[in-house]
Amino acid sequence: MTKQENLALQIAACKVRMGIIESTHGAKAGHPGGSLSAADLFAYLYNKEMRIDPSNPKWEDRDRFVLSKGHTAPGLYSALAYRGFFPVSDLPTLRHIDSYLQGHPNMNTVPGVDMSTGSLGQGVSAAAGMAKAVKYLHKDNVRVYTLLGDGEIEEGEVWEAFLFAAKYKLDNLCVIIDLNGLQIDGPTREVMPTDPVDAKMRDFGFRTVTINGHDFAQIEDAFRYFHDQTGAPTAILMHTTKGKGVSYMENQVGWHGKAPNDEEYKIAMEELNAQMAELEAQL
Amino acid sequence: MSEVKKIATRDSYGAALVELAKDHPDLVVLDADLAAATKTGVFKKAYPDRHFDCGIAEGNMMAAAAGMAAMGLVPFASSFAMFAAGRAFEQVRNSIGYPHLNVKIGATHGGISVGEDGASHQCCEDFALMRSIPGMTVLCPSDDVEARAAVKAAYEHKGPVYLRFGRLALPVFHDEANFHFEIGKGEQLTEGNDVAIIATGLEVNEALIAAEQLKNEGIQARVINLCTVKPLDEEIVLKAARECGAVVTCEEHSVLGGLGEAVAGLLGEQCPTKMRRVGVKDVFGHSGPAWELLEQFGLRSDAIVAAVKELV
Repeated sequence: MTKQENLALQIAACKVRMGIIESTHGAKAGHPGGSLSAADLFAYLYNKEMRIDPSNPKWEDRDRFVLSKGHTAPGLYSALAYRGFFPVSDLPTLRHIDSYLQGHPNMNTVPGVDMSTGSLGQGVSAAAGMAKAVKYLHKDNVRVYTLLGDGEIEEGEVWEAFLFAAKYKLDNLCVIIDLNGLQIDGPTREVMPTDPVDAKMRDFGFRTVTINGHDFAQIEDAFRYFHDQTGAPTAILMHTTKGKGVSYMENQVGWHGKAPNDEEYKIAMEELNAQMAELEAQL
Repeated sequence: MSEVKKIATRDSYGAALVELAKDHPDLVVLDADLAAATKTGVFKKAYPDRHFDCGIAEGNMMAAAAGMAAMGLVPFASSFAMFAAGRAFEQVRNSIGYPHLNVKIGATHGGISVGEDGASHQCCEDFALMRSIPGMTVLCPSDDVEARAAVKAAYEHKGPVYLRFGRLALPVFHDEANFHFEIGKGEQLTEGNDVAIIATGLEVNEALIAAEQLKNEGIQARVINLCTVKPLDEEIVLKAARECGAVVTCEEHSVLGGLGEAVAGLLGEQCPTKMRRVGVKDVFGHSGPAWELLEQFGLRSDAIVAAVKELV
């Protein structure tokens, strides 16, 4: 990846973060913490990785993305909006009555959303079903991506889906797990220890790679590894910082599901605008 | 009485899938380690590449079926009613019902006639659970002819469908040559204006036997088969209530939340009518031979006759 490409992705990710703050502030609710931790991934998926067409969101041969950790819809919506699926100016209508931007992803109202999710553990099953259908239909170009939270993998269904993916050799399925280490009740390692996740994924038959989820060069390498498609599903375990990009939200469990008030919104946007100015200065 | 052919509707399910699959490559079948019992084993044998055994993991199976439907396939996800509607309720609700995906749920072993396995496997709550999901169609065929037609209709219907089949071999009373099936349409089987007996599933045949007995006693019962538990055929129910003035519902299901309450809800609002609900009375089942259980739990024709006599 060239320096310019890396910079462009960082700018795209900064915009995703701004959209997360705009939407959760507009909603006076929502989940900024886990949206921000995955903002770099959202930016990479929708600006570099996936074969999609914003002017034709239902294009049959597009790649699919299932946000299994559906509560981080603000991150997905922001990435979709900045990619041109719908107006960025609609983001603050998140969670408003009669807005198409539902609190959790709705495939029937939001352009670009491939599966309705929100109840943890189910999205990864749907993604595995999609990948199996892709195999059955011989759509060799189509890949399926799904993002889970590290708290989410406490759901038993997730492991049922992993068994299914391995059994059917779904090498067109990329499971990404956001290891930000925090969930509603506290640190994941205290609420319900799941480590070592990498060993578990390997035991479940996944080709597994662990990266820093805020480093685009590493993200690119991880997806290249996925592209090998050598007969087994891929797991990308990405270590991230919950709340990444907004100083007072970083690593604070309280920002899992709380919206910034007007004062906090102002501070967050000032910080993100400063980051953006710094990035643009390097262009 | 001449020898009547008996077939379990779960066998009809497997046979219908094999038949349909010939012309419809988008039809696939999912199972959760019960293919031998759900009778999708015949499909697995005929189309091994289109049968996906998900193992003993019904939640994943339902959401995976949803993903397949999102890709344009028409998956039939099969298990026992207890696990399809019960265990996987939330996956059916959130991953199939909410996005209104084109998944067909083939639930066998519904009701108390599961028999010897006992209460843990005797699902008498599935109508209640599935009816409560917006946009879900709920079908419960009464014999082989209707069951095969229902599977075909479910395939052709766009949207989620819950199909309940039974374990027990049942008399085939429909004449296939003259049978027409439409989702949402009830079927009047006998003429009568003294009482309407509205039944679904294996209770339809019991209702027919009851009507015959009532006839001998001078009571003309109008037997209506409601294979479609949801959406309710309001027209046929209201007409029957108005013309008969008394209604008995019969279902191999809890009296809570099933066909009886669906009919009672409609009539309560639009045509208050004296009613009795034949069904499982808010109790769990237990082990035993199926027909003896049906007798013991008040689901045979004699119980229907008794319910009618309370009204007429």
